[in-house]
Amino acid sequence: MRAIKVACLLALSVLLMFTACAKEPETIKVAILAPLSGPVPTFGVMTRDGALLAIEEWNAKGGVLNKKITTVVEDSQCTPDPAVNAANKVIDQDKVKYIIGEVCSKASIPVSEIANSKKVIQISPTSTNPDVTVGKDGKVKEFIFRACFIDPFQGTVGAKFALDTLKVKNAFIMLDQANDYVKGLAEFFEKAYTAGGGKIVGKETYTAKDTDFSAILAKVAAAKPDVVYLPDYYNVVNLVSKQAKEKGIKAVFMGGDGWDSSDLDLKAADGGFFTNHYSPQDNRPEVQNFVKAFGAKYKDDKGQPKVPDALAALAYDAANILLQGIKEAGADDTTKVKDALKKISVNAVSGQIKFDANDNPVKSATILAVKDGKVVFNSVVNP
Amino acid sequence: MPPRVVSVSPAPPRARKAGSRLAWIGKCFLGGLALLTAVILGRNLLLDPKLFIQMVISGLQLGFVYALIALGYTMVYGIVKLINFAHGDVFMVGSFVSFYAVTRFELHVWPAAVFPQLPSALVVVIGSLTVMVLSMVVCVALAVTIERVAYKPLRDAPRIAALITAIGVSFFLEFFGALSFVFSPRFIPYQRPFEVVTWYVKDGVHLVSATQAPPEGSVTFSNIFLLIVLASVLTQVFLQFLVRRTKIGKAMRAVSFDKPAARLMGINVDQVISFTFAVGAAFAGLGGVLYAIAYSSIWSQLGILPGLKAFVAAVLGGIGSIPGAFVGALIMGQAEALTMGYISTPMRDAVAFTVLILVLLIRPTGIFGEPEKEKA
Repeated sequence: MRAIKVACLLALSVLLMFTACAKEPETIKVAILAPLSGPVPTFGVMTRDGALLAIEEWNAKGGVLNKKITTVVEDSQCTPDPAVNAANKVIDQDKVKYIIGEVCSKASIPVSEIANSKKVIQISPTSTNPDVTVGKDGKVKEFIFRACFIDPFQGTVGAKFALDTLKVKNAFIMLDQANDYVKGLAEFFEKAYTAGGGKIVGKETYTAKDTDFSAILAKVAAAKPDVVYLPDYYNVVNLVSKQAKEKGIKAVFMGGDGWDSSDLDLKAADGGFFTNHYSPQDNRPEVQNFVKAFGAKYKDDKGQPKVPDALAALAYDAANILLQGIKEAGADDTTKVKDALKKISVNAVSGQIKFDANDNPVKSATILAVKDGKVVFNSVVNP
Repeated sequence: MPPRVVSVSPAPPRARKAGSRLAWIGKCFLGGLALLTAVILGRNLLLDPKLFIQMVISGLQLGFVYALIALGYTMVYGIVKLINFAHGDVFMVGSFVSFYAVTRFELHVWPAAVFPQLPSALVVVIGSLTVMVLSMVVCVALAVTIERVAYKPLRDAPRIAALITAIGVSFFLEFFGALSFVFSPRFIPYQRPFEVVTWYVKDGVHLVSATQAPPEGSVTFSNIFLLIVLASVLTQVFLQFLVRRTKIGKAMRAVSFDKPAARLMGINVDQVISFTFAVGAAFAGLGGVLYAIAYSSIWSQLGILPGLKAFVAAVLGGIGSIPGAFVGALIMGQAEALTMGYISTPMRDAVAFTVLILVLLIRPTGIFGEPEKEKA
């Protein structure tokens, strides 16, 4: 009796092992953590759609390492707790080894701690905070990458654009000292601008709640810069650029992706430039193919093809980088994939992507111009 | 008389005597502060007089707007001894009313729709005036409602109760306005009822053209600046006339002096108080429209800082005194603009409220204020 039991158990376990072994090599599981609900649901939908499009394209070409790619989509709500729960669920329950997400830095940071400790590769498409890939102790999180550039990088690119394309040597910086995003951009703009032979003719700070910029603008008028760097959000940009126009200031205003909003006062900001991740009007083939494929797969309420925004583009890039990394590693092994990613060079929608020592991509930024009531593509600047 | 709980009256002389031995330290500190201010201002005036004048102009623009708000604070305080903290939010509502009038209902061009043959300049003037008057009317209605609902039932309560209610009303307006179906919590780009025109002064007055920057060493000012100065000065003249020469003004002064006695003389005290709130709110509404036109971005908490600074201005000038509010507001405007110009922009609020502390230390009654007499 006992022998039969043991034999049965053995047979069962062998069978289980066999099925496990037989199933595993067939697919590679990728989790997508996106804020489908919560404060920024449009970000989540675009991110999910961009990543799914990339994975579908890879599957159409036969998958990666001759295995099909399957996806697990979780709603992480742009909030630390749900994001951590989602990460634990996909890692422990679904046995996922690759995560694309989260969108928001504050959710990506706790997820990155878990992923890094469990040796799971995480690529965040859009979290720009430096802490996502580098721990508080200053150590690089080996398994964590991102597809977007970090905040300070935009400042460097802005300076380069002002020097090389606009060919201007005098810049004035306006910044909100209390905003890390603004401060980071301004700091690196100044560094790169002076290093490139430009001169900072003035630097003034304000606070987020200011509405009267006349004193600063009087100083701008007196300093006569060619360009005013104002890397703040659109609401400040609206005020400053309007008041500057009225004071007869003709300097060119420049900023970062904080300008990218439908609430930007296009009339006041006319003539300005800002750095952004990508533009659907860029006519590089990678961009145009992506826009076409995205529009073919996803339709808006009126049945028109959807135009992908920067979030969709970066999620698409993140998925492509990940799968390319797996392909170059040649094995479904996160340690090997991590090493492959560190050496990778991908010609992605948002530019040529390579990772630096801190796992941040070194890539080109897109410059957008505000012109005649529209935001138009201007150029791509390489660092 | 109800028992006095809170008193903004001057520090009792007893306290001063006790510390008089060490008072020289404070005096030296204040003297040093005054000297430092004078040195900074003088040096910059000599260094670049044009820039200095430019700063003074932006300070005047700010100061005259504060004056419009400060009048409401000071009048209400003069009559009911209440610091009406909701006043800054009435100012905010004024700017939003004009925003909706212009953006949704295009009220600023109504004369062109009704009388198509009118010259466009006249259309702009009449249209803009309509928008301003509408904002003032809505603000008056709002302030009178607030007074009836929130302050009148507390007329005989301790003053601290009315003060706290005022803060409550202020918060209510701010956060009710922030609801998405009211004004929304966003910063809203303001569409002006008329275009801003800027002139520069250098060998005469010239228009700033769209293509060329004003020449070096010129001083610029705009039509908004002129409008704000004009509106503020006219208001001041009107108020002086109202308070000194009319029957309702006499009633206001009587109520301010002694409420029970005024009532015995047959003055309808409640009506006079409502009238005072209405006049103050009308000026706040006008201030709101002008402020929004000048700085062109509005949101539901727009009124907080200008409101507080106008309050400081009223205290500086001597709360209860109408010319005092005017002078105090102009000083506040200059303090702010010159701080922005010669120290740093983030310091401006700190300086504004330092002024309040200094006034309370040195002369708690303000420039034009008289020490409050205790009435039996």
